[in-house]
Amino acid sequence: MNFDLTTEQKMIRREVRKFAENEIAPVALELDEKEEFSAELTRKMGEIGLFGMFVSEEYDGQALDYISYIIAVEEVARIDGSQAATIAAGNSLGIGPINYFGTKEQKKKYLPQLCRGEKLWGFGLTEPTAGSDAGGSKTTAVKEGKEWVINGSKIFITNAACELTLGVTVQAITGRRANGKPEYTCFLVEKDTPGFKAVPMHKKMMWRASNTAELYFDNVRVPEENILGKVGDGFHQMLQTLDGGRLSIGAMGLGGAQGAFDLALKYAKSREQFGQPISKFQAIGFKLADCAVEIECARNLLYKACWLRNEKRSFEKEAAMAKLYCSELMGRVANHAVQIHGGYGLMKEYNVERFYRDQKLLDIGEGTSEVQRIVISRYIGC
Amino acid sequence: MEILVCVKRVPDTSENEIGVNSAGTDIDRDDLVYSVNEWDNYAVEEAIQIVDRVGGKVTVVAVGDSESEEVLRREMAMGANDGLLLSDDSFGGSDGKGIATILKAAVKKGNYDLVLTGAQADAGAGQVGGMLAAMLDQPYASLVNSIEIINDKTLKVGREIEGGNQEMNEIQMPCVLSIQTGINEPRYVGIRGIRKVASVEIPVLGALDLGVSSGSVGSAGAKVKVQDYFVPQLGKGAEILEGSTEEIIDKLIELLKVKGGLK
Repeated sequence: MNFDLTTEQKMIRREVRKFAENEIAPVALELDEKEEFSAELTRKMGEIGLFGMFVSEEYDGQALDYISYIIAVEEVARIDGSQAATIAAGNSLGIGPINYFGTKEQKKKYLPQLCRGEKLWGFGLTEPTAGSDAGGSKTTAVKEGKEWVINGSKIFITNAACELTLGVTVQAITGRRANGKPEYTCFLVEKDTPGFKAVPMHKKMMWRASNTAELYFDNVRVPEENILGKVGDGFHQMLQTLDGGRLSIGAMGLGGAQGAFDLALKYAKSREQFGQPISKFQAIGFKLADCAVEIECARNLLYKACWLRNEKRSFEKEAAMAKLYCSELMGRVANHAVQIHGGYGLMKEYNVERFYRDQKLLDIGEGTSEVQRIVISRYIGC
Repeated sequence: MEILVCVKRVPDTSENEIGVNSAGTDIDRDDLVYSVNEWDNYAVEEAIQIVDRVGGKVTVVAVGDSESEEVLRREMAMGANDGLLLSDDSFGGSDGKGIATILKAAVKKGNYDLVLTGAQADAGAGQVGGMLAAMLDQPYASLVNSIEIINDKTLKVGREIEGGNQEMNEIQMPCVLSIQTGINEPRYVGIRGIRKVASVEIPVLGALDLGVSSGSVGSAGAKVKVQDYFVPQLGKGAEILEGSTEEIIDKLIELLKVKGGLK
């Protein structure tokens, strides 16, 4: 067994960390407060190669292994959840489906701009009536001549309504299967297609500097060549996309936990009460020790899931475990981090309160913690 | 233009809390995170920009143990074309003259128009650039904060002078320049650059390859030796302002007004 990272992976960690500390950390607080998505910062992230990380160089991707991708997301999340969300959703949900299921023409048309971070792409899955229960979705696509006509709406879609948005992948019901269940198909819809509207969602508690949208499809007509893969592939494409997405959400939990822990440790070593740094008090030292243990466990679990994926072995169970564990871990660590900061922890300028808020999405997005437990319980034979 | 940039692996002050070791001979080097010396990084960026403008090649060189390879690889990911590690057990404990002796041997093996160093590194002595130039019998300019190429023999270089003044000089190549921070804005290392160099072999030259006699370098050849290393006692002239940030700012403004620095 070899736990060493490769030279490449170590370099990626160092350089992404440096970028995040120098470019993201100074603006994270302000963007969060103003609830503002920064196209400028997204482009900078694109310049250093944070998009298209697992896409081949043919389409201007970085052709990295999955652990390298996860390390990059982790390092950005260590500084700011919003920017990590832009990257994780951009890669796993925006770029991923086009890369894995798209035709050569679709890849050529969209991937280079997305992989350079010049444009973003959304993945329209969740609907007002369909969250954990994908069966509740109502968006439909009907074939008329050589076109498909899409009607319906989507909600909570990342990267789908900002100035960099190029378009979205939308999952729609295209018929009924023999067993009576709906047949799903994914379509690529460019942002200027008539009848398509993307509206930014505001007043979020977390990820306030990432772009979240409601999507409306009112007789949106797309040609046949905009089908992603084949008619009827939509459900499996969605499942596969979410399996990969779980790893990047896991990376956000792990990175966020590390970031909150680093802030708490630094503060505990410098804050003095009763004549000594508070880290010397067992109550604080033990909290930090517990966090360190859990972060180590989380990293091993997540990297193992990524390793399985790199080896093209089944990784779905481990991905669900890593998503669940890393997400909830960040909740525990952020909670301790605020507690260790005392009153200052409640103030925005100390940053830990942002980690505390940003974490909550991880229990909910891309499969709630409850759904992960369903998935895991089935894998273990319950 | 063939450019050689000398780089050093140093403790990263942004990633570490630096303290003095218990023996009082050096900083405590356990568990330190290292990176490329900041001044050297500016020098590499400048070299890359020059080659982007006029063509040529940037080689980065470091004196150090095998771990120094990581800073060479990093600077290559940033855009330097080649790396060269000068490593030998006999190099350990070199003083500034020893390092310059080793570098001189490496410079002589190439055909460089321009050699750049950082203005200083972690030890703060700032002597290698000047000594290297003297040993090579080449012209030297220190604390360089701008470089303009006049022709293939001449550069116009700006130098930062005490008190905020600026000096412009013409200098003939081949020459050695020590680079001041702020001369440019070093680029970030991108993932594509990392992928390009992650598995590149970096050649290593030892004392024999360089023709350096082991008695002239390392601790054996060092004529400057650190005797003591400590954090100085606070003197009477210094006043440390205490309190919350707001209180400190108020006190500072008050002091500046009293001393005539603010009106």
